[in-house]
Amino acid sequence: MKMDRRQEKDLEAARKAAMAALALAPADELKRLCQEAGLPGDAQMLRGPETGLVTVRGRIGGGGAPFNFGEATVTRATVRLATGEVGHSYALGRDKEKARLSAIADALWQDPSRRAAIEEKILGPLRAAQSEADEKRRAETAATKVDFFTMVRGED
Amino acid sequence: MYVAVKGGEAAIQNAHRLLADRRRGDRGVPALRLDQIVEQLALGVDRVMAEGSLYDRELAALAIVQSRGDLIEAIFLVRAYRTTLPRFGYTRPVDTAAMQVERRVSATYKDLPGGQLLGPTFDYTHRLLDPELANGGEAEEPAQRDAQPERMSRVSEILAQEGLIEADGELPDDHVTGDITREPLEFPMERDIRLQALSRGDEGFLLALGYSTQRGYGRSHPFVGEVRIGEVELELDVPELPFAVPLGRIRVTECQMVNQFKGSAKAPPQFTRGYGLVFGQSERKAMAMSLCDRALRAREMGEDITAAAQDEEFVISHSDNVQATGFVEHLKLPHYVDFQAELDLVRRMRAEHDAREDAGVAETREAAE
Repeated sequence: MKMDRRQEKDLEAARKAAMAALALAPADELKRLCQEAGLPGDAQMLRGPETGLVTVRGRIGGGGAPFNFGEATVTRATVRLATGEVGHSYALGRDKEKARLSAIADALWQDPSRRAAIEEKILGPLRAAQSEADEKRRAETAATKVDFFTMVRGED
Repeated sequence: MYVAVKGGEAAIQNAHRLLADRRRGDRGVPALRLDQIVEQLALGVDRVMAEGSLYDRELAALAIVQSRGDLIEAIFLVRAYRTTLPRFGYTRPVDTAAMQVERRVSATYKDLPGGQLLGPTFDYTHRLLDPELANGGEAEEPAQRDAQPERMSRVSEILAQEGLIEADGELPDDHVTGDITREPLEFPMERDIRLQALSRGDEGFLLALGYSTQRGYGRSHPFVGEVRIGEVELELDVPELPFAVPLGRIRVTECQMVNQFKGSAKAPPQFTRGYGLVFGQSERKAMAMSLCDRALRAREMGEDITAAAQDEEFVISHSDNVQATGFVEHLKLPHYVDFQAELDLVRRMRAEHDAREDAGVAETREAAE
């Protein structure tokens, strides 16, 4: 069955969202979830895990021409499962085990028969924890919002 | 005569061993853990990341411990470490309008969309030491208020509607983004390269220069259009994937400085801008950076260059504290041969000087007789 262009785009967006959740995951949490889910822990390492740098870019004035403003550590890995799927991972930081597990999760996610399990057992809990943390932070920031009120002085 | 000598090997070894001991201090005091530094000395960590030009909290914390809290030494360690890693590429430019905002204030608009969010700020504190903290004082849980996620547009977009402010800094389409970690500095330089140097420049140096512009040395009538702090997402284009791969988030501080500008031969009266973007929660640095960015645009604006802060070569060549400390501190290393040569020279000059003096005295005496 050949996917049409639209389905392919949707699938890419879903895979990107999965990789985003993995990249944001605290390493310990990811390790715990993978263990509990009983994921196949071994896969052939095609690359890494290896740590390197990315140069971080901003834009002049916020929206103008790009400029480089520093570097960040990134660790990446590429694996191949026994069933043939190749998975990649990239994430800020230097945790090699996190990179390896994320690449395995990415590879498993590409197999339609195992995608639901990855979504439910790994990505779901990660997203829930992340959005809870974001919400808390947003609410804490909102509490520091200034409410201006006008002081009326004198007659009319 | 000077005879080459070598030595000091044992002294150096023992000095380093002594340093390790003094760094650890009293063994009766528990050793610091990195997570304690990351959590409780977070702004020191942010400064090391910004000026070390490497976003990695744990490494910055390690550098702070190893350097006994000497932040410039820590920045040096981080810069050195950076050179050992391969480079995977350049991220897509961060979108600060999509930031998860933790603080956002404007000094120019009271009622801007999204409002004034004070966040975790030292502003409005009384700067009184808190003796409770000496005993580990516990903090209350922060207050919370319902809020929906929203995209917080930048304050510059408000003024842009009236056409009274210049646009975000554009460079020609064929301009290739410069990178001071790859190519040596050349003057004059484009604004993108200047901003890269300023973003990792020494906070104290840029603060002093920014201050000097406020005191009249290259005055630029600044207002803080906006300062915002929060997390932005990073994405990297890689050949093995058909989309930009998400890397996670980093915390940055952005400052939009708005400056009055009465116009010149090149531009009509309008507001101009200085820009600051720095790793971590580094408000003072982002503000100083934006003041310096604006001052350094004097040439582009057709302004007279009269002050230190407007002198690109002066500012950019001296803003890097690793370079600065390297050159200043190298003076304490052995210069025995150089000094020997200088000593000979001064002795000779002094002898000649004395000889001239003596001859002069003799002449005057003869003339008097």
